[in-house]
Amino acid sequence: MSASAAPSRARELLGVSALTNKALTSWLHGLPGIDAVGCEGRAAALSTRSIKTDAKAWAIDTAISMIDLTTLEGADTPGKVRALCAKAVTPDPVDPTTPRPAAICVYNDLVGIAREALGDSGIHVAAVATAFPSGRASLEVKLADTQDAVDLGADEIDMVIDRGAFLAGDYRTVFDQIVAVKEACGEAHLKVILETGELATYDNVRRASWLAMLAGADFIKTSTGKISPAATLPVTLVMLEAVRDWRDLTGVQIGVKPAGGIKTTKDALKYLVTLNEIAGEDWLTPQWFRFGASSLLGDLLQQRRKLATGVYTGSRDVTID
Amino acid sequence: MATRLEVKKTYKLYVGGKFPRSESGRTYEVTSARGAFLANAAWGSRKDVRDAVTAARSAQPGWAGATAYNRGQVLYRVAEIMEGRREQFVAEVAASEGVTKPRATTIVDAAIDRWVWWAGWTDKIAQVLGNLNPVAGPYFNVSAPEPTGVIGIVAPQRSSLLGLVSVVAPVIAAGNSCVVLTSEQRPLPAITLSEVLATSDVPGGVVNVVTGPTAELAPWLAAHRDVDGIDLTGCAGADGVDATALEVAAADNLKRVLRPAADEPDWGTTDLERLRIFTETKTVWHPKGL
Repeated sequence: MSASAAPSRARELLGVSALTNKALTSWLHGLPGIDAVGCEGRAAALSTRSIKTDAKAWAIDTAISMIDLTTLEGADTPGKVRALCAKAVTPDPVDPTTPRPAAICVYNDLVGIAREALGDSGIHVAAVATAFPSGRASLEVKLADTQDAVDLGADEIDMVIDRGAFLAGDYRTVFDQIVAVKEACGEAHLKVILETGELATYDNVRRASWLAMLAGADFIKTSTGKISPAATLPVTLVMLEAVRDWRDLTGVQIGVKPAGGIKTTKDALKYLVTLNEIAGEDWLTPQWFRFGASSLLGDLLQQRRKLATGVYTGSRDVTID
Repeated sequence: MATRLEVKKTYKLYVGGKFPRSESGRTYEVTSARGAFLANAAWGSRKDVRDAVTAARSAQPGWAGATAYNRGQVLYRVAEIMEGRREQFVAEVAASEGVTKPRATTIVDAAIDRWVWWAGWTDKIAQVLGNLNPVAGPYFNVSAPEPTGVIGIVAPQRSSLLGLVSVVAPVIAAGNSCVVLTSEQRPLPAITLSEVLATSDVPGGVVNVVTGPTAELAPWLAAHRDVDGIDLTGCAGADGVDATALEVAAADNLKRVLRPAADEPDWGTTDLERLRIFTETKTVWHPKGL
C-alpha cells in the first residue's frame, strides 16, 4: 500500500468523511477492552509448552533466522558494527548450516558501514530513526532522520511513536507522523515501535497497535530496548491478536517484532509458541516476525551446538555480542 | 504424653547459593551402612549439573578476585560453623560410614582441622607454587599461580566428610569454583556441609552440591565444555563408572584431569597435589630498569 493511501483507507474503515482526532478516539476506544489477568494467564499457559528434539532444532533455526541483530549504544564504533556484521554473515564458524539472522539493526549513521560489511549476503540493514529512542523532536527532524537512513541504504526503518502525544489522547498527531515517515521511507519497510513499557495498559497497547496499522506500518514493534519493561509475552500476545484481527478486517498482513529482554532460547521458544497459537502459521517466517536482540543469538547458537553434539557448550564457545 | 512423630527429611540440591529441588523431581532413599532409612536425597539430573555449572561459572570471577586474605577469612568461618554442627556431622558420619561414635568424632575433628589448614593456605599459594625465574636478560621474570576456573569434583564414595573436605577445600582455596557430585550412597555429610556453606560467607555458586547416581551424572560433568578441570577421585569404587571414558570426554576442551587412584586413599594426610593441578601458572616478563 502506498503511504498516501493510508488516510483515505482510514476514513473508509472508520466510516467518516474527515479523519479528526475525535473520530480516531471514538474508533480506538471502541476496541474491546482487555482482561489483564486473562491475558497474563494465557501468556503463562503458552509458556509451559515443552519443545524438544526435532521441534526444538527447527525452532532454534527459525528463531536465528528471525533475529534483527542489534547494537544501539552511544559507544558503537565502526569496528563493532563490522564485527556484528561478520557474526551475522557467519553465525557459527564451526557449522556452515547455521542460518543467518534476518537483519542488522544499528543507529542511522552506521548504516553505511553495515551495508558495506554485509555485501551481498542478503542480510538486511535496519536503522532506528525519528529521534530514537525518545521520539522527542519535531516532525521535520524525524523526517530528515528517516531520509538520511534511507539514503545510506537502509532496507528497514524502525521508528518510534510520539508516546507523549499518544498518552495525551492526540491520536491524530501520532497517525500523521507515522503516515509522513512511511512516505519518507519509500521502498524501505517501516517498523513502528510502540514502546509498550511507557503505554501503561494493555488497552493502550491494543489501541497503539491498531493506530500504527491504520497509518500504514509494515511491522509493529514492542520496544526500543531502552526502557524497562521491554518486550513481555502478554504485550506481544496483545499485538499478535491485533495483527490477526487486522488481517481478518482488511486482508493486509502486518509483522510483529518483540524487542528487548529476550535473551535465552527458552524465551524465544515461548514467543514462537505464542506466535503460532495466536497469529497462526502464516506468521512463522522472518518476513512476518522478528526478534530485536543481541545476546539471544549466542544462546541460540549454544543450544544448537548442544543438540548437534550432545555435550553442554561453554559460555566462552560463542562470542559475546 | 503423645509420642512425637519423627520428622523425615527430604533434602535438596545446593546450587548457586540456593536449595532447589532436582529439576527432574526425583529423589532417592539414603540408608545407613546397616541399611536403615536415614533421609531422602535429591536424585540430580543432567540439567541440575548444567545449572550448577552455570552458577559456578558466574560466581568464579568474583571469588578469584577476592583478596587471598579475605578468602582465608571466609574459609575459616566455614570451619567455625562446622564446629557448631559437630554433633550432627558425627551422627551422620557414624551412620553413613558404619563406624563407632568415637571413630566418627575423630573423623569430624580431622575434617574441621583440615578445613582450617586449607583456610591458612589461601595467601601462601603464590609463595610456594610461584617463582622469580632467573633469565638471561634485563628482565624480572615472575611465575604466579592463578585459579583454573570451574572445577568438577567427583567426591570420594567412601569417606563422606574427611574425603569430601580434602577434595573441595584446596580447589576453592585456590580461587576456583566447583560443582561437587557427592558420594552416591553416603551423601548426608555433604548435604550438611552445603547447609554450612550457605550460612557462612562463601558466595553462592562457589560450591555447588549435586546428589544422585555418579554413573548418570559424571559423564555430563566430564563432557561439559564450561568446566575447566575435573577431579575423578570418586570414580574409585563407584558403581558403573568408567573413569577412562570420563577422561576421554574431558579431553574435548582440554580440562585439567586428576585421575582416580585404583582404590580410594585413606585421607589420613593431605598434600598440595590438588592445588598444583587446579591452578594455572602465569609467567610475566617485566622490564627491569626501575
